[in-house]
Amino acid sequence: MTEKALGPDIENPRLREVREAYAAMTRTKQMYGGIVMVVFVALMASGFMLADSRNAGGFWDGILNIFIFPGEVLSEAAGKATLLPGLMVKFFPSLIETINIAAASTLVGALLAIVLSLLSTRGLARFPRLIPVFRRMMDISRAVPEIVIALVLIFILGSGPVPAMIAIAFHTSGALGKLFSEVNENASMKPIEGLQSVGANWTQRMLLGVIPQVAPNWLSYALLRFEINIRASAILGFVGAGGIGYDLKNAFSWGLGRYDEVAAIFILLFLTIVFFDQLSSHYRNKLVGKT
Amino acid sequence: MLKIENLTKAFGAVNAVDNVTIEVDRPMMIGVIGASGAGKSTLLRMLNRLETATSGTITVEGQEITGLKSADKRRWQRDCAMIFQQFNLVPRMDVVSNVLHGTLNQRSTLATMFNLYPTADIHRAIDILDRLGIAAHAAKRAEALSGGQQQRVAIARAVMQDPKIVLADEPIASLDPMNAQIVMDDLRRIHDEDGRMVIANLHTLDTARRYCDRVIGMRQGRVVFDGSPEQLTTGVARDIYGADASFSEAATSTSIDALEQKIPQRA
Repeated sequence: MTEKALGPDIENPRLREVREAYAAMTRTKQMYGGIVMVVFVALMASGFMLADSRNAGGFWDGILNIFIFPGEVLSEAAGKATLLPGLMVKFFPSLIETINIAAASTLVGALLAIVLSLLSTRGLARFPRLIPVFRRMMDISRAVPEIVIALVLIFILGSGPVPAMIAIAFHTSGALGKLFSEVNENASMKPIEGLQSVGANWTQRMLLGVIPQVAPNWLSYALLRFEINIRASAILGFVGAGGIGYDLKNAFSWGLGRYDEVAAIFILLFLTIVFFDQLSSHYRNKLVGKT
Repeated sequence: MLKIENLTKAFGAVNAVDNVTIEVDRPMMIGVIGASGAGKSTLLRMLNRLETATSGTITVEGQEITGLKSADKRRWQRDCAMIFQQFNLVPRMDVVSNVLHGTLNQRSTLATMFNLYPTADIHRAIDILDRLGIAAHAAKRAEALSGGQQQRVAIARAVMQDPKIVLADEPIASLDPMNAQIVMDDLRRIHDEDGRMVIANLHTLDTARRYCDRVIGMRQGRVVFDGSPEQLTTGVARDIYGADASFSEAATSTSIDALEQKIPQRA
């Protein structure tokens, strides 16, 4: 039934022109796509081969040994499986310290990130000319590795959880600030314009017009960052910031028969991440209004 | 041809569509009117199977629709095109690709991933665009077009599906009067020239009267009027919308002709 109405009108030169133009455009797009694909595969292959040739051991010789160390840890831990619950209880206080560092630094970092992100989002910024300044500030806090800041602060303030907290919060403010700012960009300007029309000032517009729109997304990014920060604060324990990382370092470095402690700490960390993942999705759904 | 029996859709305790029975024996153009929240959209979405009915049946040419699953359901959705108020195109893809999406049900996932379509289909898509008067925009991104043009792209995508039924969910509610008329004329042509059934949710009564062969009025999920456009008097309209005597459709009409009618004084 369609052929009558949709009968191709080849005689029409205008239509032929459209067809040819579109076919040419499609060909160009497909050609570019193909070239990009080929270049990508070639780069991946050559890059891998170059890296492999510069490796001391060589990828293909080493890959087979990859399971030896975890196997050793697992077999030793399995041999002392009955001791694991006791070890997990023993390390629980230092896990709490690690989580505390992560929570405090996420909170402080997120609050800084909120301010920085609002000041550096086009369309929302209080001082549009200063957007690049705030962006560079966030770039700096992301560029400096948190372990460097922690080492410097430990040198000044002595070891303990406070330097670790400051170091992670510094990094978090930049990392979350960028993500928050991208969320802000997708916020609808309509409620903000509505508030502007009634004479609200900048802070009021942000508090009442932007934050209700973006809060669920902010929260889910902040909770993801919290998970990352738990791991980061565990790593900072290696350089003397306390918490479970310090215990992990001792269990690893003094070696010989303490792999059961390593296994217990990894299990604790894994359970913590799972726990906070479940918790965060629960609260996020609640905030979004899903059941 | 189309038979809806005791169709009900419950959202929690509320019946958005409540025990609706409609029978249509031949392809025609049907307008569904009613206030916001009367269940018009839900009715259309159940026909397209974007929503699943709580109870009741929909039968099209002997085939039961409400129970279809996975591949059969998608096959039915190909035969039953949908046009949305906000067009629902992929904004960053070009117009012809958007129209070609009408053939997705017949193509393999791999081919569509690389945007590979048969040349015959591409030509047919451009022909349909030409028929709707927008072939000149074929290579543009959908988002670069005006609302009226985007809605015509959406109609082209629907025609590309070669459907038995075209559903239109308030197709002109976001358009100015001029573009609204073009879009309604196009929908009417799809019915007149191709012989497809068109079911459109409409907000304006004069549009329903002018374009439709049959008008169905809904209120709070129930069908309260089902008849010819001539039977749709102002009194009937007041019942459908639950309005009192102050209701006048000319007051908010978007038809350009409405300017010629005497605009009643407000009380």
